Amino acid sequence: MNEMKFKVLELLKEDARRSPELIATMLDKPQEEVEQAIAEMEQDHVIVKYAPVINWSKVDDQKVTALIEVQITPERGRGFEGIAERIYLYPEVKTVYLMSGAYDLLVEVEGRTLNEVASFVSSKLSTIDSVLSTKTFFILKKYKQDGIIFEEKEGDQRLLVTP
Amino acid sequence: MTISSKTPIPSEPSVRRSMSDYLSPSARAIKPSGIRRFFDLANSRKDVITLGVGEPDFVTPWHVRDACVASLEAGKTQYTSNAGTPELRGAIGQYLNDSFGVAYDPAKEILVTVGGSEAIDLALRALISPGDEILVPEPSYISYSPITTLSGGVAVGVETFAEHAFKLQADTLRAAITPRSKILILSYPSNPTGGIMTYEDWLPIAKVVEEHDLVVISDEIYAELTYGSKHVSFASMPGMKDRTILVSGFSKAFAMTGWRIGYACGHPELIGTMLKIHQYTVMCASNMAQVAALEALTNGMEEMYRMMESYNQRRRLVVKGLRDIGLQCHEPQGAFYAFPSIASTGLSSEEFAERLVQEHGVAAVPGNVFGLGGEGHLRCSYATSVTQLNEALDRMGAFVHKIR
Repeated sequence: MNEMKFKVLELLKEDARRSPELIATMLDKPQEEVEQAIAEMEQDHVIVKYAPVINWSKVDDQKVTALIEVQITPERGRGFEGIAERIYLYPEVKTVYLMSGAYDLLVEVEGRTLNEVASFVSSKLSTIDSVLSTKTFFILKKYKQDGIIFEEKEGDQRLLVTP
Repeated sequence: MTISSKTPIPSEPSVRRSMSDYLSPSARAIKPSGIRRFFDLANSRKDVITLGVGEPDFVTPWHVRDACVASLEAGKTQYTSNAGTPELRGAIGQYLNDSFGVAYDPAKEILVTVGGSEAIDLALRALISPGDEILVPEPSYISYSPITTLSGGVAVGVETFAEHAFKLQADTLRAAITPRSKILILSYPSNPTGGIMTYEDWLPIAKVVEEHDLVVISDEIYAELTYGSKHVSFASMPGMKDRTILVSGFSKAFAMTGWRIGYACGHPELIGTMLKIHQYTVMCASNMAQVAALEALTNGMEEMYRMMESYNQRRRLVVKGLRDIGLQCHEPQGAFYAFPSIASTGLSSEEFAERLVQEHGVAAVPGNVFGLGGEGHLRCSYATSVTQLNEALDRMGAFVHKIR
């Protein structure tokens, strides 16, 4: 990936609503070049989606999230891919990572209540043939996600005018 | 004197002195900063967006703050050696050599100070005899003239111009020199203009300095913040090292303004004299801040470059925004200020800045407070978020449109 695309990504990561015009100004590049870079990255699925980062704890309709360590037996010829797919296709599943270490998949599951998440694990996840074991950890509070701190302590603490 | 019963009680003097009679003439001679008034104006309004801040909008990187916390836990709360810790002086020496090609002996030629400001004050106090003239290219940072006055010197402004991108010109400098000229204060990259000096720009200046046997105080606090070309230290120019005091610090590049850590480098005799004043006045720079500064130099370069890149992006945004509004704006190539001309609006700098903050809630500093050549300009700091910059530019656009 060229340097310009990388810089475009960094600027969009900070704020996905930045216009190609603004990004072009900030990077001192022609607007058409930036537009094309973005189009290419969308096409190549480098940019998968533009979605807001939401602090659900501030929303009345709260959600319960759990991280689940899953140990599985890999399938002959397909390794972890098939199982991972069977898991990530559930809409309740928000994130799936293949991990090194003591377990194989780290799965983030979201539900409306504790029970809903628990029953998803017991009825859908644990019952998959190749799943050997699961360990469920409920998330109590999110401090930071994708580099974004949810509750910044203080805003700008500088004096308004200084030499 | 002890008072015995035979000693008459002294009578009240017939005319009491007022407090101002006690004040030293030189302290009375300096004017309060013109920036102060704008601070009060900006504070009097809510929802002000400020382009008036002369410091980074980043908080000091966490690893630097963490190093300070650890030093406190380890009980590093004592004085350090007057000149600064040997580790920090060593790291500064290494850094200046690696980054700007100037070699200083940490044992004799480097002094750690309470911000770059103290270093400039020390240098002036160590050098000035009463009546000496100190040449100050302007528009400039607001402290040089007042602290010159305090030391008994006479500040002589040397104007720089937008059409030269506020670079110091040898002929204007030469025209300001008299037999009493002794010191030239250089400050590039420049606050407030964003002007820089390249190797080629320095050559004729170095020649004038040599011809007139001047000593130079080079305030290079914004050295790391240049865009497009690497900073050239005046001390690195041929023959200039021995007659230059290089002043810099951690405030701007490493976002460490509140820590108050700077340094001066130069001829051992001069640094020794400055050290003498330093040890009687402040003893040493703060111990924990020195620990933090060492961490910044040792492990903070990557973070520093990231911040610099971010300023550069915002610089382009602001310059384009100001030009789109219809204000003339030379290309600032250093620091984090744009210095557009507002002369085309027919308002003075003060009027413009005052009405801008009162009517549209955008604070910026009027150019006239920075001395010669500042009138007709406005200092706009772009060390603030992109969202705020865009909003400020919109508001400024509305204001300029209204008064035209």
